[in-house]
Amino acid sequence: MDFELMIDSFPKLLNAAVVTLKLLSVSLIVGLFIGLLFAILRLNKNIFISKFAYGYSYVFRGTPLLVQIFIIYFGLGQIEYLRSTFLWIVLKEPYWCAIIAFALNTGAYTSEILRSAFQTIKPGIIEAGKSLGISTKIIFYKIQIPIAIRQSLPAYGNEIILMMKGTSLASTVTLMDLTGVAKYIISTTFKPIEVFIVAGGIYLFMTFIIHNVIKFLEKKYSFN
Amino acid sequence: MELLVFGDTGWGDELFRATLMTIAVSITAMIIGFSFAAIFTPLKLSKYKSFNLIGNFYTTVIRGVPELLVIYLFFFGGSGAIMFVASMFGYNEYIEINAFITGSFAIGIISGAYSTEVFRGAIQSIEKGQFEAAKVLGLSKFAQFYKIILPQMLRLAIPNLSNVWQITLKDTSLISVTGLVEIMRQSYIAAGSTRDPLFFYSFAAVLYLLLTFLSMKLINKLEVKYSRGY
Repeated sequence: MDFELMIDSFPKLLNAAVVTLKLLSVSLIVGLFIGLLFAILRLNKNIFISKFAYGYSYVFRGTPLLVQIFIIYFGLGQIEYLRSTFLWIVLKEPYWCAIIAFALNTGAYTSEILRSAFQTIKPGIIEAGKSLGISTKIIFYKIQIPIAIRQSLPAYGNEIILMMKGTSLASTVTLMDLTGVAKYIISTTFKPIEVFIVAGGIYLFMTFIIHNVIKFLEKKYSFN
Repeated sequence: MELLVFGDTGWGDELFRATLMTIAVSITAMIIGFSFAAIFTPLKLSKYKSFNLIGNFYTTVIRGVPELLVIYLFFFGGSGAIMFVASMFGYNEYIEINAFITGSFAIGIISGAYSTEVFRGAIQSIEKGQFEAAKVLGLSKFAQFYKIILPQMLRLAIPNLSNVWQITLKDTSLISVTGLVEIMRQSYIAAGSTRDPLFFYSFAAVLYLLLTFLSMKLINKLEVKYSRGY
């Protein structure tokens, strides 16, 4: 055990963890909106719209995140037309490519979580709202969405943790996140175990925090 | 389409072999995962606190740390660890382990943590009366587990194991970083030499979708088989 290396690499890895957290938070926020949009599309009565939403979530859940990042980062740059549009400003940066891939990926999972939450809302609750003369729009925003959010908290907590682990793939497109820096230190010092303990410890600590925050929210928003 | 021709001019046969490699790694990893689950599930269900601690440590650490980090640990640390063990037996030559074994092992340990959780959940949701009835019938410990608990456990576990299989299948794409030529690595090579990454990575995505789709069909059949009588 090389304790000196562990102490030396700790601040470097901690700095890299900030990059990981940034990637995670931005993609989660964007992903939540994508997920909500597709969950609503999924419940649409028009079969083409709901099939389209299903197809989106099927493709993004059925392929590895690594493929998705590579298609966006290496693949889209190949289209000549895209290079001439303003989109190129975004797509030439590995940081934004990673965020787009993460957001689309977590959006697909989030849409499934929210859809099943919407579907488990008892019809009686919506009927009660209707009989009180509340408009469908208000029922949706004030009744269905809050209940769905509460219902989906445990599953969404898991999704946040899975996504946090997913951000490690940013290191494959040259971003120096926690895993990227850990790999760099491992490949220059050939001390994989020491670096794994420190980097893994930081990841576990973040998992622990997320887990407890979700638990707290679940308690706060529980019905009884 | 001519990029996908079999033979020297296209990448069809290479990608086909790479797909077989992905399937082989996934199945090997799944089996390694089951062996880990066979060790750690009893530990997690044991009445001894210290055994529980070991089991929980395994599942918590592996499920809380990114897959890629675990793969780097094995990739950079694997041969070192083997050489250390070998040196205790007096063997001091350089040992290099093959990428297939390192990769399957790394993915297997990850998959094992998820399988452990699935088996633990399945056993815990079997009614207590079943265990008691098995005991009352005077069956041997082995027969109790093999004839009574296991079939019920499988029925409850299969739907969740299909999720573990999907996770494992997708995780194998990560071992492309170690140089093992599976779908992702082959697409990377093909994309590099033809300068057509969009096509090859999209094709890789199609291959993965095909694999997940076909395996789901197969697992659904298994599910029907094991839920006979319910």
